[in-house]
Amino acid sequence: MHSSTGILRTLGLILAGSIALLSSPVHSGTAVTPGSRAAGMESCVAPTAEIRRNHMDYLKHDRNRVVHEGVRDVKHSLAGCVECHAEKDGNGGYHPINADGQFCSGCHEHLAVNLTCFQCHSKEPDRKHSDAASLSGIRNAGQRGRLGLLIKLNEAPALSSEEMAQLHALSREE
Amino acid sequence: MTGKNEPNDMKRREFIGRTVLAAGAASVAPGILLTVANAKSEGEGASSDIRWGMLIDSNKCVDNCTACVDACERENGINLLQRPEGQGDEMWNAQRPQWIRKVKLRDRQTDEVTNLPMMCQHCEFPPCVDVCPTGASFKRADGIVMVDRHICIGCRYCMMACPYKARSFIHKNVEKQTVRSPRGKGCVESCNLCVHRIDAGATTTACQDACEKDGHKAILFGDLKDPESQLSKALKEKSSRQIRADLELNTGVRYTSL
Amino acid sequence: MKKLHYSELWCSSPRYWGGLAGLTFIILLGMAAAYHMEHSGHWVTGMSNQVVWGLPHVFAIFLIVAASGALNVASIGSVFGGPLYKPLGRFSGLLAIGLLAGGLVVLLLDLGRPERLIVAMTHYNFKSIFAWNIILYTGFFTIVGIYLWAMIDRKAQKFYQPTGFAAFFWRLALTTGTGSIFGFLVAREAYDAAIMAPMFIIMSFSYGLAFFIITLMSAYWWASRELGSHRLEKLKNLLGVFVGAVLYFSLVYHLTNLYVTQHHGVERFILLDGGLYTVMFWLGQVTIGGIIPLFMLYSPAFSENRFAIAIASIMVLIGGFIQIYVIVIGGQAYPMNLFPGKEILSSSFYDGAVAAYTPSLAEGVLGLAGIAIAMTLVAVGARMLKVLPETLEDPKEGTA
Repeated sequence: MHSSTGILRTLGLILAGSIALLSSPVHSGTAVTPGSRAAGMESCVAPTAEIRRNHMDYLKHDRNRVVHEGVRDVKHSLAGCVECHAEKDGNGGYHPINADGQFCSGCHEHLAVNLTCFQCHSKEPDRKHSDAASLSGIRNAGQRGRLGLLIKLNEAPALSSEEMAQLHALSREE
Repeated sequence: MTGKNEPNDMKRREFIGRTVLAAGAASVAPGILLTVANAKSEGEGASSDIRWGMLIDSNKCVDNCTACVDACERENGINLLQRPEGQGDEMWNAQRPQWIRKVKLRDRQTDEVTNLPMMCQHCEFPPCVDVCPTGASFKRADGIVMVDRHICIGCRYCMMACPYKARSFIHKNVEKQTVRSPRGKGCVESCNLCVHRIDAGATTTACQDACEKDGHKAILFGDLKDPESQLSKALKEKSSRQIRADLELNTGVRYTSL
Repeated sequence: MKKLHYSELWCSSPRYWGGLAGLTFIILLGMAAAYHMEHSGHWVTGMSNQVVWGLPHVFAIFLIVAASGALNVASIGSVFGGPLYKPLGRFSGLLAIGLLAGGLVVLLLDLGRPERLIVAMTHYNFKSIFAWNIILYTGFFTIVGIYLWAMIDRKAQKFYQPTGFAAFFWRLALTTGTGSIFGFLVAREAYDAAIMAPMFIIMSFSYGLAFFIITLMSAYWWASRELGSHRLEKLKNLLGVFVGAVLYFSLVYHLTNLYVTQHHGVERFILLDGGLYTVMFWLGQVTIGGIIPLFMLYSPAFSENRFAIAIASIMVLIGGFIQIYVIVIGGQAYPMNLFPGKEILSSSFYDGAVAAYTPSLAEGVLGLAGIAIAMTLVAVGARMLKVLPETLEDPKEGTA
């Protein structure tokens, strides 16, 4: 008896929840810096809420695969974060991503979480053309590896913007 | 009443959230699978079927040429490191990272002069890996000896253990790095055979390219385990030696005409 | 025989607090030095990629080696049943903990990334003697802690014998481990010798006892308690044996090296033409740390002289410090022989050249702070715990 009511309740809740979701207003709260490549994209490599909560674990997991196993086409790469989220400075370069008000530091400072990645990692994407020579012949492979992104600019994202917004809103509510 | 229901309520919310997320994931999944399957051919991890190594022909290595050193510094962003203000040459040379260095020798008996580049010899049994307390110094499946600077504590025991003086400790803040070669204060680093290039499918190192470009062709990089590789064939033809062979570390970097 | 009473160290305030304030000041200076080194990076030190371990490591190894030796007095009391040593056991345990803590603080603060201590605790490479040492150090604190408790608390007396034995074997393992840090380095000619481990054990006996005698004498002077000459004479004679043993082991070590042609270069460097290191070896290690103290400890002229015992102990410590300096720094300064039979004409990285090392002030201050930390722990511990007998007057004739 207990279990059957449980199932019924759950089903009811799912129904009610879906209705509530569909009728709730779309939130567009975003921390993405305007002028970065990410600003023009539908979502990160995973739903924003998930990335916000788990990016440190994902990055740690994939860094071990990159460094120790040499698997470079990982889904979550810090270089990928920087590549997408660094803001252009208008002179052909980028603002350091850990500078005041930039994507990484904005949130980390707000939450008072030490951001140590950039003691060692580059704070800006490489300027494509300056190192093209040294990477000649492997440019294709290299870029794919370095980009670390699944959703490409010229491809249709797998989730519609509406769906993304809904997921986003749900996670914010929680 | 509300208080009693709250934990339940949380669970339900979580459940709803999970369900929706799962649905979302299901719709993304095909995309992921597609990309991963596509990339696999070029993005495999380091394999133990391969052992990267090098053969250096010191006969072809030219006096006063630093093409390999310069290329290494460019490739790995070592040249981006600034000398501390007011530091003299002697201390700067002792403290700055040198992944590869040129050495000029003269035989005490025969007066024969030899030039050669020295770098991490990528031993099969690396002493630096044995002594590292945290496992930050490690050997990849494909024989590349490198440092995981995420877990390096900067104790420098590996530098004490290395017979080749191949390792460098970073003595000051690093303001600027390249994306492909991260580095920072307080960790140890050394030649990693341009691991970022290897992983991206390249078959040459920066030093080899530079040496070849200058027409010397003193450096040959390749797979020691592949009998058909240019490197294996060259090793079979010419007699080569390991530096400090007495330690029986079975180095991946070999020298001819030394 | 009179019953022994232990009591906390309770000395006139200005003397105790003044001493403590002085020690705290040194510690603060040391922390400032460590911050300076870590904040700017190690380029502000004299250390480089040539001499990678510098003065802080000399201090740290010196203190760690002395720590395990300081426990000897307790071991003689409980493992070998020396009645004259038994009342000194508690203080010996406290001193051992203090010295080890001081040494480890220096070692930790000199790491390139001291904030990653947690990594060192969670990632172990069991092939690394360094990782074993981390376990040995932690275990030493635990075992000596329990040992100390078993000595102090009557209710825990049943643990006294077993922990006494455990502590004795653990301290042997610990010094073996510390010595092996160098003994296992096949690359460097000065280090690659199995005799390093036993040599470090005998060094620890000597430095530890010297530390013990000095701190014991100063504690009793601080507290104006009585310290019998008979007991001091026993300690003194024991120190003499240890100092002689250290000299003997150094002799064997160098003789072994001299037998191996490959090692002639490094022996020549240390014994004959290494400049500073040669001077340090003969003047510091052999003369100040060995011959003069031996003379002072055994000469009948000084037999009743407490001042001479204190001076001899201090000289043993200075000589010991220099000995470790010669081993650690001298061993690195001597170039590794990568190309036998070849002369190095040029290298951007000083191949084949003797490496230069001039310690910076910050390194020295950090090292001194390690000693200050050890002494502070002992002073505070002796004031809070009943480790020192109220009197150590000589037992009456025929009772001991």
